[in-house]
Amino acid sequence: MNDSVPNQSTEESMVHVYKVDGPFWGALKRDLLLSYRRKSDLVNPLIFFLMVATLFPLGVSPDPTFLADVAPGVVWVAALLATLLSMDSMFRSDFEDGTLEQILLSPQPLYLVVLAKVLAHWMLTGLPLTLLAPVLGVMLFLPAEGMGGLVLSLLLGTPTLSLIGAIGAALTVGLRKGGVLISLLVLPLYIPVLIFGSAAVQGAVTGLPLGGYLAILGAMLSLGLVMAPLAIGAALRISVSG
Amino acid sequence: MADKKWMPRWFYQLASPRWCYEITGKLLPLFVIAAILLLVTGTVWALAFAPADYQQGNSFRIIYIHVPSSILAQSCYMLMAVAGAIGLIWKMKVADMVAKCCAPIGASIAVLSLATGAIWGKPTWGSWWVWDARLTSMLILFFLYLGIIALNSAIESERTAAQSTAVLALVGLVNIPIIKYSVDWWNTLHQPATFKLTERPAMPAEMWVPLLVMVIGFYCFFAVAMMLRLRNEIIQRERRSSWVRDLIAG
Repeated sequence: MNDSVPNQSTEESMVHVYKVDGPFWGALKRDLLLSYRRKSDLVNPLIFFLMVATLFPLGVSPDPTFLADVAPGVVWVAALLATLLSMDSMFRSDFEDGTLEQILLSPQPLYLVVLAKVLAHWMLTGLPLTLLAPVLGVMLFLPAEGMGGLVLSLLLGTPTLSLIGAIGAALTVGLRKGGVLISLLVLPLYIPVLIFGSAAVQGAVTGLPLGGYLAILGAMLSLGLVMAPLAIGAALRISVSG
Repeated sequence: MADKKWMPRWFYQLASPRWCYEITGKLLPLFVIAAILLLVTGTVWALAFAPADYQQGNSFRIIYIHVPSSILAQSCYMLMAVAGAIGLIWKMKVADMVAKCCAPIGASIAVLSLATGAIWGKPTWGSWWVWDARLTSMLILFFLYLGIIALNSAIESERTAAQSTAVLALVGLVNIPIIKYSVDWWNTLHQPATFKLTERPAMPAEMWVPLLVMVIGFYCFFAVAMMLRLRNEIIQRERRSSWVRDLIAG
């Protein structure tokens, strides 16, 4: 951010022009740096992910064959809930200290800033969840053939979860008690991702070709990438002006 | 304004709460009469005169409540999303109010559809609830309504609440087909055709004509419920304007 380059013009050779990142990279770097400095926020969804998955053997049955049957769904539901849990704080601190208002007032395209914020959120929750998922798969006796499907489906599905969840976060950011409300708004919209995500893992376990499931997850992600930032931007403007 | 000539005049008149209040006052009795006539005719026809189904016997007659409520629950969502979009784009107060009034009506009709489906399911499928694709997508539609009601009641400012729920309704509108197809797909993957209705020939006319009467009757009933709620909402929001004061003063 601070690397200065000498001005090329001869007239103002003394003046240094500071190279500033574009709206996308600037917002991405800022969000990543902020979370790096508050590491506990990073780890909490992961711990939650592990704990939810632990509840199923304890609450239902520790039988390996049963667990292997339900493992795709359990891992996916746990990942979905962990993403949801981290959603509420997405715009909260920016809203409280006034940064969000400045972002909305700035001439930079809101679409790109929002997209960068969602990408940062995904890199800090969805990606670690995806990487941790095989460990949960082993704990729940998911057959080894299912691991590839699990990682691939989460890799394509969790960004969509972040995009949809951000709409809910943007709509509720101005409210004091957004936490439960955001789950009510977002969970019904998560259902298609859950269906195809866990179906992909089931398919991988039974040896079906995965292309179709992954293509649909990819299609939902592309639709989300194009449409969701528009809805998030509109929702942020409404929440901040209200 | 010259550039807005392409929109019919009534569209702009609708934006005036007062005009809307007066026109709904005139239309309301017509729709009340139509709803009563159609629903009474349809119910008597359906329950007493329509032939019984050759496989399901008389238990199929709940179709005359179930199908109209299912259709209406979906149309109501469309209306809510469209009204929300009009409110967002043209900043029309009446559209906001229409969208707000749709949510509770739609949620109740979705409950009616789910309840009649469960009652029908017991004799036909042998259980109150099955994770059938159509039941599940109706349940999700009901959840969407609940989310919209929850968001609307959580925001204090009327304008912000209307705009936020409009955005949510539009996001839901994009999602409804995706949810519908994904649920269909999910179901056909896991339970192929187990819970389909018993195959039967296409309905004869003496069965579907009363159904059509009931569907139109339900729409008229919806219009009545909508107008009553809308008039209430208009009076409440415009309580400080002079015409409402005059109206209340008599």
